Amino acid sequence: MSEPVVLTPEELKARKRRNLWLAWSIVAFVLLVFAVTVSKMQALSLLGISQ
Amino acid sequence: MVDFSASHQRTSSASDYVALLKPRVMSLVVFTGLVGYVAAPGAGDWVLGFAAIFAIAVAAGASGALNMWFDSDIDQVMTRTRTRPIPSGRVDREEALMLGLTLSALSVVTMQLAAGLLAAGLLAFTIFFYAVVYTMWLKRSTPQNIVIGGLAGALPPAIAWAAKTDSLTLEPMLLVAIIFFWTPPHFWALSLLQKNDYAAAKVPMLPVTHGARATRVQIFAYSLLLAPLAFAPVFTGLGGMIYAIVSALGGAFFVFLAFRVLRSNAGEGVAVEDKQARNLFAYSILYLFALFAVILAERGFA
Repeated sequence: MSEPVVLTPEELKARKRRNLWLAWSIVAFVLLVFAVTVSKMQALSLLGISQ
Repeated sequence: MVDFSASHQRTSSASDYVALLKPRVMSLVVFTGLVGYVAAPGAGDWVLGFAAIFAIAVAAGASGALNMWFDSDIDQVMTRTRTRPIPSGRVDREEALMLGLTLSALSVVTMQLAAGLLAAGLLAFTIFFYAVVYTMWLKRSTPQNIVIGGLAGALPPAIAWAAKTDSLTLEPMLLVAIIFFWTPPHFWALSLLQKNDYAAAKVPMLPVTHGARATRVQIFAYSLLLAPLAFAPVFTGLGGMIYAIVSALGGAFFVFLAFRVLRSNAGEGVAVEDKQARNLFAYSILYLFALFAVILAERGFA
């Protein structure tokens, strides 16, 4: 068994910062997909009205 | 080899991962993609347009990360690239690979959602061309590496055009051709300045394989092709009156600077002689930016 890695306070802080960036990136991607879906649905519904 | 000390990587920040995405290349790709999107016919949808340009930017970043993953041995040797996240030990190679693959997939999926199959297919092809054809094959095997590989950097305006119209016509192909023929004189001017670096890294750039004189001749030849080609959008209606003036004057000055490079001894190992290549390199960025900015202004406010 290898020794468990013990992170220093500085390393823990860096990991937390990286995780926060990753979380915000995922949130931004979800919002983008949501906005694209709404836009597509609006375009389709406009197309339906004009027909 | 670098000692990739684990503790060093454990303190890496988000900016180290952003650096893997080559933000400066991303900004150029976003700009040319935006021009392609605005210049394409139709009103477009600003949300879908934003998503398409975003997907192009992320794909460029992904390609950059894959490039840094594969080229970390070269980057370690060259002065210009030695401080990149992998050779400096801030990010692990495998992390760059995973980041590149993940972002590649996400960018293509996003493009498919926002625009459709043609744009998504072109985007996937561009990533493949840059990461596999250019980085893994051409770069280490032929002095024509940046000529052929330049296609990947040239395609974004066509991808954006396809994202808006779901079609490709002569006009976006002209934008692609302008960037494609701009790339060799731009990069060879830089490679004249960094000939020794490329030689040390065993990258077969033209000044290394054929010498500085042959490179200067090629730079001038490509500038003679580029200047009239950059004027061609005037004949298709893509470029208006301002574009005609900027393209004509800018192209003439490009040829003039390339001629000065031809007549100089740039790349021969004498620092003073490199000035002409440095001037052309700097001007080439301004020239391409000006051409695309004018199209953006003329088509955006038409």
